[in-house]
Amino acid sequence: MSQTLAPSMQPLAGAQTASPLVSVEGVTLQYKTPDHLVTATYRVSFQIHQQERVVLLGPSGCGKSTILKAIAGFMPPVEGRITLKGSVIASPGPDRMMVFQEFDQLLPWKTVQANVAYPMLVNGVSKQEAADRAADALTKVNLAKFMDAYPHMLSGGMKQRVAIARAMAMKPDVLLMDEPYAALDALTRRKMQEELLQLWDDVGFTLVFVTHSIEEAIVVGSRVVVLSPHPGQVRAELNCDHLGFTERDTPEFGQLAKRISGMLFDDHAVAH
Amino acid sequence: MTTTLRSAPPARPEQEFQVTAPVALGDVAKPLPFIEKIFENAVVRRGLILIGLALIWEAYGRWLESPLTFPTFLDTMTALKDGIVSGVIPQRMAVTLQTLVIGYFLGLIIAALLTTVAVTSRIGTDLLSTFTAMFNPLPAIALLPLALLWFGLGRPSLIFVIVHSVLWAVALNMHAGFLSVSETQRMAGRTFGLKGLRFVLGILIPAAFPAILAGLKIGWAFAWRTLIAAELVFGVSSGQGGLGWYIFENRNTLDTAAVFAGLLSVMAVGLIVEAVIFRVIEARTVRRWGMQRG
Repeated sequence: MSQTLAPSMQPLAGAQTASPLVSVEGVTLQYKTPDHLVTATYRVSFQIHQQERVVLLGPSGCGKSTILKAIAGFMPPVEGRITLKGSVIASPGPDRMMVFQEFDQLLPWKTVQANVAYPMLVNGVSKQEAADRAADALTKVNLAKFMDAYPHMLSGGMKQRVAIARAMAMKPDVLLMDEPYAALDALTRRKMQEELLQLWDDVGFTLVFVTHSIEEAIVVGSRVVVLSPHPGQVRAELNCDHLGFTERDTPEFGQLAKRISGMLFDDHAVAH
Repeated sequence: MTTTLRSAPPARPEQEFQVTAPVALGDVAKPLPFIEKIFENAVVRRGLILIGLALIWEAYGRWLESPLTFPTFLDTMTALKDGIVSGVIPQRMAVTLQTLVIGYFLGLIIAALLTTVAVTSRIGTDLLSTFTAMFNPLPAIALLPLALLWFGLGRPSLIFVIVHSVLWAVALNMHAGFLSVSETQRMAGRTFGLKGLRFVLGILIPAAFPAILAGLKIGWAFAWRTLIAAELVFGVSSGQGGLGWYIFENRNTLDTAAVFAGLLSVMAVGLIVEAVIFRVIEARTVRRWGMQRG
């Protein structure tokens, strides 16, 4: 893990000069509840470059999941715009596959293999190629043995792995993950984080990851966007590509965690 | 501060143990003895109950000695065999089933259309809720006099009441099923790029299938009972009677054993559809998918 994560900063610095893959520009998002019009985020801007692992971090109510949904195309911004490769995002599409927190994101009437192959078949990939890519993706998440199982036979962590395999097999421009490990136990979560980073090492995808755990943000991310709550605004963008599992007990890790925690608690004091 | 109120637990030394294989138990999984296995089988248990019932029936019939009111089990079986061999029962059953299938599928199609309207617009939802609230409590058989007035004596009237009995139950269940499809699955489907009819066929219908299947089962039960009742009420049309008419006819000629045989045939069809056809569909779909417990 260490050699995969430690050499950092340099490739990122190079990527900054290139044009971003996803650009969130002054985005205000609002949604309706039965009684209120809630402003989830207010003029949020940040960029995501190829091969980055951007983590959206913030307390509940900071609109981090809402931003992810907007990037996925489920929610048009009230103000500002979100672009992917320069064109404005208008609707959901297979170029931005999403992994949800809920375990029921897999289709229970399809086997594990069929679940992974289905989005490809929908988008006109040939049966043979879809099967090959599905097998490949499932092997990468160590679930090749469970190809013919149905989702209800799997544990929570395995279901999340299938969902990741399903998203990866589509080869999306960007992989969106909405607190994918929040419903898992601590041991499984840690294992899944390691696997995700290993997968990133092998394949090198672009990731947007939403979490409310500071530690998870630093471990998983190469860049952390810290959001303040009610409504969500960007509080900071921090680099943490050089910090991974092996650095967890280093003072640097601790300092960064403290710094972020300071930002989050400051904002709490302001908000209430 | 609280130390004076609480007694501290005793300090105990730490311990570590070696884990050993449970040799004394023998195999961890042992096969059950033969007799126990047989009684684990529901078919065997229920078969035994049926045999018991048949014995009681036969004994009571012989003791009563009144074939006009209560024929014995063996008499009934003879009547049933005669009915089947002569081809009367199969032919009547065919007439009934044909009417039923036409009415059932017509009802399903209308239910599907109504549900589609209901899930796509709010006025459609209101329409469906109002209709089901009005018509669902109305027994289909109560519409029969009206149906006779509109469609005359014959199959169209029967189909009309069957459609009525199927439609509301199925539409109600389908609609509830579509509404209960989880937001996550809907969003997942949309990220795959599914839209419109492909979204309905690929995500909504399979995800709502447990509710749809429940609707189909209720619809079937309503339709079957309604049809037999309707046939009993006005029976024959153009020389083509169904099972209900068979029962009615034999009662008129006081052939009670044949009436029993007709009733048994009605039960048999109901049992086969409910316990075999729907059971198989369930086992292959919702239970295999883990959407319903087995």
